[in-house]
Amino acid sequence: MDYTFQFSVVFRELPYLLGGALVTLQIAFITFWCGAFIGVFGAVAKVYGGRISRRVASSYVTLFTNTPALVQIYLLYYALPDAGILLGSMTAVLIGLTLNAGAYLTEILRAGVISVRRSEIDAATALGMSLMQIVVNVMLPHIARTIYAPLSNFFIWLVLGSSMAAIFGVEELTGRAINISTANLRTIETFLVVAVIYVVLTVLASASLALVGRVAFRVRARVF
Amino acid sequence: MLEQIAEQVPLFFGYYNVVFILQAAGRTLGMTFVGCSVGFVFGFLIAVLRQSSLPILFLPRLLGIAYVETFRRIPFLVILYIVLFVIEPLMPGTSLFGIATVSVCLLSTAFLSEIIRSGLESVPLPQIEGAKALNMTGLQSLFMVILPQSWKVILPPAAAFVVMFIKDTSLASQLGVIEMTFAGEMLVNRGFSPVLGFGAVLVCYFAMSWPLSRLAIRLEKRLEAS
Amino acid sequence: MKHLEIRGLFSSYGSTRVLRDVSLDADKGEVVSLIGPSGSGKSTLLRVLIGLTPPTAGEVTIAGEKVDYRNRRSVKAVRDRMSIVFQQYNLFQNMTVLRNVTVAPIKIKKRPRAEAEKNAMSLLKRVGMAEKKDAYPDELSGGQQQRVAIARALATNPDILLLDEVTSALDPERVNEVLDTIRALTSEGITMLIASHEMAFVREVSTRIAMMDEGRIVECGSPSRVFDSPTKERTRDFVSKILKH
Repeated sequence: MDYTFQFSVVFRELPYLLGGALVTLQIAFITFWCGAFIGVFGAVAKVYGGRISRRVASSYVTLFTNTPALVQIYLLYYALPDAGILLGSMTAVLIGLTLNAGAYLTEILRAGVISVRRSEIDAATALGMSLMQIVVNVMLPHIARTIYAPLSNFFIWLVLGSSMAAIFGVEELTGRAINISTANLRTIETFLVVAVIYVVLTVLASASLALVGRVAFRVRARVF
Repeated sequence: MLEQIAEQVPLFFGYYNVVFILQAAGRTLGMTFVGCSVGFVFGFLIAVLRQSSLPILFLPRLLGIAYVETFRRIPFLVILYIVLFVIEPLMPGTSLFGIATVSVCLLSTAFLSEIIRSGLESVPLPQIEGAKALNMTGLQSLFMVILPQSWKVILPPAAAFVVMFIKDTSLASQLGVIEMTFAGEMLVNRGFSPVLGFGAVLVCYFAMSWPLSRLAIRLEKRLEAS
Repeated sequence: MKHLEIRGLFSSYGSTRVLRDVSLDADKGEVVSLIGPSGSGKSTLLRVLIGLTPPTAGEVTIAGEKVDYRNRRSVKAVRDRMSIVFQQYNLFQNMTVLRNVTVAPIKIKKRPRAEAEKNAMSLLKRVGMAEKKDAYPDELSGGQQQRVAIARALATNPDILLLDEVTSALDPERVNEVLDTIRALTSEGITMLIASHEMAFVREVSTRIAMMDEGRIVECGSPSRVFDSPTKERTRDFVSKILKH
């Protein structure tokens, strides 16, 4: 086998790829926050909800965590048009990943809510704190510290998971890699460069998340 | 739309389609379990390597860490493409199923190694010092003291990881491996309604992954209690 | 020749010196007790002796043989003749009582299983734990675990036994059962180093007492001398505070 690697054709496209990385981050960001929005309701429903809302929330989580996001998006993208709803590829991906993220984030947030110890709330009540004060001073710091590390990991998971948007033609990092490699036929080189970009991207993301966690919540999160 | 689906149902659940879907489900499970088993073995070796403090193992240890940290940060889809384009010219004739399974191995080695490592690290230091004081060697203390105590920390997340991989292998459909998701695509291309095609696939995934994730949760609760 | 000789031992943890120029020796069969406030270096001294914490300087000689703590083989030889009982028992949680006691004789010293088990049972009988031989550590009380730990330490026939605050983690009503077990051992010719806060006990069983403070041995002598007429201000202070309780 004498294959000579030619990275120069790929490096020429670096700005284009980095632009794709930005789209990747955007997808991860949007789905993370929309998912967190769903997750808050899901967690509250699971912990404090009545019988029905508890049922609904856990069915949602069970359904979405036990089936592939890819197939969920396929359904949104190909089946909804039959019912008269046409989604763009980006919209379908965003909705699919958000619903997915919402399910996982429900579980993460729930673990945070139940981590608050009854004894600490009792102690705060005994000190004469109001409900609002208890929530702000006792519960939130505690929840933040418990869920910060799993939340950071999940964000990284979303950055990597958003690559499946490429399958629907979204031009994020992986999508642009496919575009380039079909044009220059340097597939291995292109995907190796893209792999490195993903590694750098997620290392930077973990590092900045760890830094924020340390400063804001006194969490000792590990980058590696 | 509903009428059209209802019309297709008897045809969709015909003998050949059902066999086709079951075979695809077999490939999904095959990729997952072969990949995760191999990944468990290599992941275990890397985790043990990272625990050891022997100076001779410094370089392998460094390589192990680099491997784990790199592969946990590359999307499965990208790994699939790289493995495909590396193996195809080197070993022409390798089946797509084989290529996808190798990709699963590469990724699961990295993730399972982290799970095993945190299991090994969960054993309290006094246990290890007790073993040292009795003159046990590193391997003796690993197999007689550390491992028997850490499997209960390792198993629940490892099971959860396998569940995750049942779902992630859906990306292998992009290579053309006829696993569950690709089977769904093919059925849809043959003219079946996407609701029917992908819906059936979704149900099959659920049937494979739900019992296993229940098991993981039960395992975690039981081991937590003991 | 002294059985155990420690000369000018130093040890540091990070930048803090935990042991500073510790010298101590013991004849064969002697029981030397280390007293002193928490953090004075008693535990560290014992951990250095059995090779769990590295010394930064100094010399340890056992039965005339110098120990090199940087050499695996030398450390192995030390642990071959020396056993330690920890404050937190450190019984292997995944093994039964009997297996805890037999694992080192069978796996490390390669003794036949039958012989090792017979020996273990007689040791367990001596510490009053024979009927619990099939129990797991988490089913036992602290005192019971500690008695098993003593049996485990004795199972390798050590001629030096280190006891690291073995009663500190116990409920008060469990302390005596462990002390009784140790008391019975002191006449067996095993050289013992005991780090302890049980003043009445160490006074009764020890041949000598070493008072430690801030990583140094402040004063060393017979129990009556150290307790009744200490020469150093620090010892007087410590002893009077402790005995007031």
